[in-house]
Amino acid sequence: MNPTPSQTVGPFFGFALPFEDDANALAPHAAGAVRIEGQVLDGAGEPVPDALLEAWHGEQFARCRTDAEGAFHFTLSKPEAAPGAAPFLNVIVFARGLLRQLCTRIYFPDERAANDTDPVLARVEPQRRHTLVARQDAGALHFDVWLQGEDETVFFAL
Amino acid sequence: MPFEPPYLHPDYRSTVLRAPRRELVRLPAEWFHHAAGPSFGRIPVRPEDADLTRQHLGEPLGERIIVSGRVLDSDGRPLRHTLVEVWQANAAGRYLDPVDDHPAPLDPNFTGAGRCLTDDQGRYRFVTVKPGAYPWRNHANAWRPAHIHFSLFGTTLASRLVTQMYFPGDPLMPYDPILNSIPDPRGRELLVARFDLDTTVPEWALGYRWDIVLRGRGAAPLEAG
Repeated sequence: MNPTPSQTVGPFFGFALPFEDDANALAPHAAGAVRIEGQVLDGAGEPVPDALLEAWHGEQFARCRTDAEGAFHFTLSKPEAAPGAAPFLNVIVFARGLLRQLCTRIYFPDERAANDTDPVLARVEPQRRHTLVARQDAGALHFDVWLQGEDETVFFAL
Repeated sequence: MPFEPPYLHPDYRSTVLRAPRRELVRLPAEWFHHAAGPSFGRIPVRPEDADLTRQHLGEPLGERIIVSGRVLDSDGRPLRHTLVEVWQANAAGRYLDPVDDHPAPLDPNFTGAGRCLTDDQGRYRFVTVKPGAYPWRNHANAWRPAHIHFSLFGTTLASRLVTQMYFPGDPLMPYDPILNSIPDPRGRELLVARFDLDTTVPEWALGYRWDIVLRGRGAAPLEAG
């Protein structure tokens, strides 16, 4: 059977899809909670104020709508790594102007050795791998999603 | 995969600065497409969420409708107890969303958001009112055909789907760059519900039937588009 085609989430989902505590898969002060902050940007470097991001690993799931500055945040725990791989979070991006979702991953900056041998990162051109690794900021990890541009985030084909 | 829209479709202007320009990285399906999808268990679903006409003190204005169908995967299996989220404009073509500035009235008795879980046969059912068409600024005299937004999860990463359901015979469909971003007419047809007398409840509400197929394990990877 043919899968039903995708259509954009549009600009008007903000009254419907958010739910209470949606961005926090864990309480922000729970043991092991990791906060990730970032911005979604378009090809002109402008913030994308109407994107919806979902991040997950295992049973943990977080959803966050971008604000007027294109900013989002999540709280999840850092996942366990599979054997021979680096730990990562799955991320899906929906937005007005995206006719299909985009899929990416957030890798962790304190996992340099594991990231260097991760089989998925190995399939990404070396000069683009940094777009998949969060940066350590004070108190949070930082991960920007560039939909286009010089530092376009690596997305995976569905 | 001509049934899926490309990321870049210049007739829909917002894609121009938002569609990725680099080639998407292909991963083996076993690593990626078949990996576990997001777990929706934290999203609250109350029984009243499936009836969008009973979320306020009074009933919303508009043509009362029932939208129902089955959620299957592309291998033909029904998806049981999976989450379906919907959202839509009211009968006048206005969303409750604060971003919507179309000068059509809000309806104090209509939010336009619903959720339900599919049953043991993969069926879902919403009661709502038919959404109105509304203008948007994509091009001169641009109007969106009436549509209901759907969000579905499935079980794998590749089965996650956000899409829109359209109504049969809507004269705006041929002019809509979002629907027509799907190059193959057979793909566009998959987004159009059919009027269904068996779903229609006499003296009460018109019924529409729309089945949704999520990507199963046998589905071919998509072109990078």
